[in-house]
Amino acid sequence: MNVTVYLFSIAKEMAGFEEKKLTLNDDATIDSVYEYLIQSNSRFMDWKSTLRFAVNHEYVENDCRLRNGDEVAVIPPVSGG
Amino acid sequence: MIDITDKNFDTDKIIQSVITPESGAVDVFIGTTRNHSNGKKVVKLEYEAYNPMALKKMEQIRKEAHERWDVHNVAIVHRIGEVAVGEASVVIAVSSSHRHEAFEACRYIIDRLKAVVPIWKREYFADGSVEWSKATHTEKIKE
Repeated sequence: MNVTVYLFSIAKEMAGFEEKKLTLNDDATIDSVYEYLIQSNSRFMDWKSTLRFAVNHEYVENDCRLRNGDEVAVIPPVSGG
Repeated sequence: MIDITDKNFDTDKIIQSVITPESGAVDVFIGTTRNHSNGKKVVKLEYEAYNPMALKKMEQIRKEAHERWDVHNVAIVHRIGEVAVGEASVVIAVSSSHRHEAFEACRYIIDRLKAVVPIWKREYFADGSVEWSKATHTEKIKE
């Protein structure tokens, strides 16, 4: 399946890209995306306890199963206001 | 009114947008850019948003406020892009018949916004350094 991953803030800086189309196995979860991020920069390992993910604009847990066409977002702790 | 804008906003217009003939109170929260952070001088801020999700979450928070309090209208407007020191980065306005509901709902909305809306602040310091705000980096976002 194919998903599009969007990155923001510090996650975008660490990865070095802000958008990436990924081809994943059909049983892929958010953890599969996380593993890809760690491969792009091992510093992502330090962020496991604080990084969150969203699928199609809703927060999800890391075991969330992905579907073809999903929009995945990598969301570091927010700091609006 | 729920909006994300890269322009300096008209606070009066946002306040006017929530007033109804039944309203007896409007509570307004304005977040402004501080000239210091962690002991360092700040020259400007820059905000980045995941727009579609941020708008969805702001709309969700608006609905939550309506469910919890008897309020008339809620406006939530956030700036993105560069915001100079002294300028407003967020405006929240809540109208209700009596002040209690407006005060409570307004506080709830800004607290929720700071906790879950995907917007990030970048601080530009006078010494030339630039950092993504670490204000909430110690804790995972909880819905």
